[in-house]
Amino acid sequence: MRRLLFILPLLTLALMAGFFAWSLTSGRDPASIGSVVVGRPAPKLDLPALRPGEPPLTDADLRTGKPVIVNFFASWCTPCLAEHPLFTRLREREGATIVGIAWKNKRDDALPWLKRLGDPFKLAGLDLDGKTGLDWGLSGVPETYLIDGTGIVRRHYRGPITERDLNETILPFLKGAAK
Amino acid sequence: MIPELGHFALILALAVALVQGTLPLVGASRGDLRLMALGRTAALTQAFLVLLAFGALTQAYVTSDFSVLNVVDNSHSAKPLLYKISGVWGNHEGSMLLWALILALFGAAVAIFGANLPDTLRSRVLAIQALIGVGFLAFLLFTSNPFARVYPAPPDGNGLNPLLQDPGLAFHPPLLYLGYVGFSVTYAFAIAALLEGRVDAAWARWVRPWALAAWCFLTLGIALGSWWAYYILGWGGFWFWDPVENASLMPWLAGTALLHSAIVVEKRDALKSWTVLLALLAFSLSLLGTFLVRSGVLTSVHAFAQDPARGMFILAFLLFVTGGGLALYAWRAPQLQGGGLFQPVSREGALILNNLLLCTLAATVLLGTLYPLFLDLLTGNKVSVGPPFFNATFVPLCAPLFAALCVGPFLGWKRAELWPALMRLRVALVVSLAAIVVAMTMIDSRSTLAALAFGFGVWLIVGSLAALSDRVRSGTLRTIPRSTLGMVISHAALGFVVLGSVATSSWNTELMHTMKPGDRVDFAGYSVLLDRMDEVRGPNYVAERATLNVSVGGKPYTVLQPERRLFTVQRRQVAETAIQTNGLRDFYATLGEGNPQQGWVIRLYLNPLAPWIWLGAALCALGGFVSLSDRRLRIGAPSRRPSSLQPAE
Repeated sequence: MRRLLFILPLLTLALMAGFFAWSLTSGRDPASIGSVVVGRPAPKLDLPALRPGEPPLTDADLRTGKPVIVNFFASWCTPCLAEHPLFTRLREREGATIVGIAWKNKRDDALPWLKRLGDPFKLAGLDLDGKTGLDWGLSGVPETYLIDGTGIVRRHYRGPITERDLNETILPFLKGAAK
Repeated sequence: MIPELGHFALILALAVALVQGTLPLVGASRGDLRLMALGRTAALTQAFLVLLAFGALTQAYVTSDFSVLNVVDNSHSAKPLLYKISGVWGNHEGSMLLWALILALFGAAVAIFGANLPDTLRSRVLAIQALIGVGFLAFLLFTSNPFARVYPAPPDGNGLNPLLQDPGLAFHPPLLYLGYVGFSVTYAFAIAALLEGRVDAAWARWVRPWALAAWCFLTLGIALGSWWAYYILGWGGFWFWDPVENASLMPWLAGTALLHSAIVVEKRDALKSWTVLLALLAFSLSLLGTFLVRSGVLTSVHAFAQDPARGMFILAFLLFVTGGGLALYAWRAPQLQGGGLFQPVSREGALILNNLLLCTLAATVLLGTLYPLFLDLLTGNKVSVGPPFFNATFVPLCAPLFAALCVGPFLGWKRAELWPALMRLRVALVVSLAAIVVAMTMIDSRSTLAALAFGFGVWLIVGSLAALSDRVRSGTLRTIPRSTLGMVISHAALGFVVLGSVATSSWNTELMHTMKPGDRVDFAGYSVLLDRMDEVRGPNYVAERATLNVSVGGKPYTVLQPERRLFTVQRRQVAETAIQTNGLRDFYATLGEGNPQQGWVIRLYLNPLAPWIWLGAALCALGGFVSLSDRRLRIGAPSRRPSSLQPAE
């Protein structure tokens, strides 16, 4: 028994080295980031509303039969500023349902930010401690999820969405889901 | 011609390392003094040869010799001299050469300062060091030759990664490597001890200065890297839990645990096999970090060219060094007999708690760093483990560590009472509780956790200084042993790091504003005017520079000039932050994208106590050096004869 304890470090190393060798020979590309949530029901959502006086944000809001875009943002994040006009356009021109979640952001900071730039969100939640972001597999802000009418995540964007994302994937998704 | 000389010196160094790695081992097992003496000569020769090779490469960089491929790839004639020199280690081949150089220098240091070591132990330590050196030198010569020529020589080079062209980063790698490689000495001591089947107080006393030296350098290296991230990445943060940062944090945590457990071996003859394991792990984790950064199995912000073939070599080397060490450990360590018995509440008990927590922290970082890799391979799922994971796991584990840190030094060896120790810390307790109340009521009532963490910072400082209060009262402060003084400095310094981190991340003020010249914005009681935008030319970049006039109550306060530099050779932009500090807070400004029509994005941060993070880290290392200055005086003292008297502590 005691002996086993002394062999344990060696066994741990062997296990790790096996993974490393596998990783080196598998030809995978660590830089391509996928997502654990794509193709599955959207992780749990139960957040207080960002805007005072609104009902809290819950799972039911993602299962209305209509496609929903969920965007995690924060007033302190520059890339969020960059992608913001695209959401405004999605809301105004396409009438998309966009749910905004202020991540690790104080209400007093997020609300003035939205007021200044325009508020494209139909519903907005507040994830002050970042736990919901953890459930959603968030690595930072901004990140955006496309969710179909049944609550399944169909796409996950890390980093700001771009004009190209809008034209090539987001708009087709909204149109395809509308049919 | 000179590059060929360097190449040749490197080949000779490999040959010498082979001799140094074998014959002294044979000598030690046969008791042959002549073979053992060879170790010292070989160590000095090897260091000289690697130094020669390193000098040759530096010469090629300084004179911009573009017939050397490495110089072409990583240098440019228009680069300032400092970055020509730092360019030597700003790339894969050169940094491996620097690694080999530091390894050889540490070997030479053992040969010089280890005169008081028993012949067999010294020869074995030097031989193990040389075997590690063989690995690195072979790696250099066979896969990463820094002296490869290119024909015809191009007229100019490709330049160095602009992010690396910074005084902070110029010295970050050498310090970090001094830390990583320094742990090779403790590794060698551990292997030698396992070979001899003997770990005792004298061994612990010999190994501790080396561990301490490595730890001090690693502390400085990590701090410099974090400082660099703070002011060059321009996000206002100082630690991002990037795999590369984690790679340096793991050996630091293991090394810190080693420093503490070695005390128990030295004073109480207990925790022997554990200490040996830590000595093996500190260096193994350094190698693991190198593997993770160079092989490309994980993504990171770092800029080294990643190559699976090199990855395989480092993995094989890692397996040889760590696997060999741990196999020897599994075989020999069970025979190490533990000595002193002790009660759970005692100095030993406190140091064990320290070790448990530090190792759990290291394991947490390891798991968080490798989890994405494991999951990807097993299930094909990609995840990123970032700050949320580490904040939820690492930070809470620090609480018991910090709580116990101040109590430990007040506990006696073998058995102690908790209550008297706490009584002696009552002032610290009251002050920290007061700090929590002040933080909750006056600074930010919303974050209880931040206030608690702030209280822990104050506790660390006041609680550590409490160890001095008795000496102040009795007037014996001047005769305090340097090792005790060093401990107090390092422990209190940790408090400064905690205060700085908590205040900066919880209570900072930030503002992002699009401004045109002439625009004014109010920010945290300051009035900030974008006076003008200029185009400036550096030696190898062009930059946009904003001039921000900051005033308080109508009176000019300071001028900040953040820049965005475009490095023309690489076509890469780097933000140059402007920071004005008064020691208590940083006024931090960065310049973002922009144009004259719409204005420029200016970000302003007020980071309270931010300078304390690096001040604390530097003090932490200083404490280590103070303690080291004590050890050097006593290094001649230990003797292995059981009858010898140990000097009273």
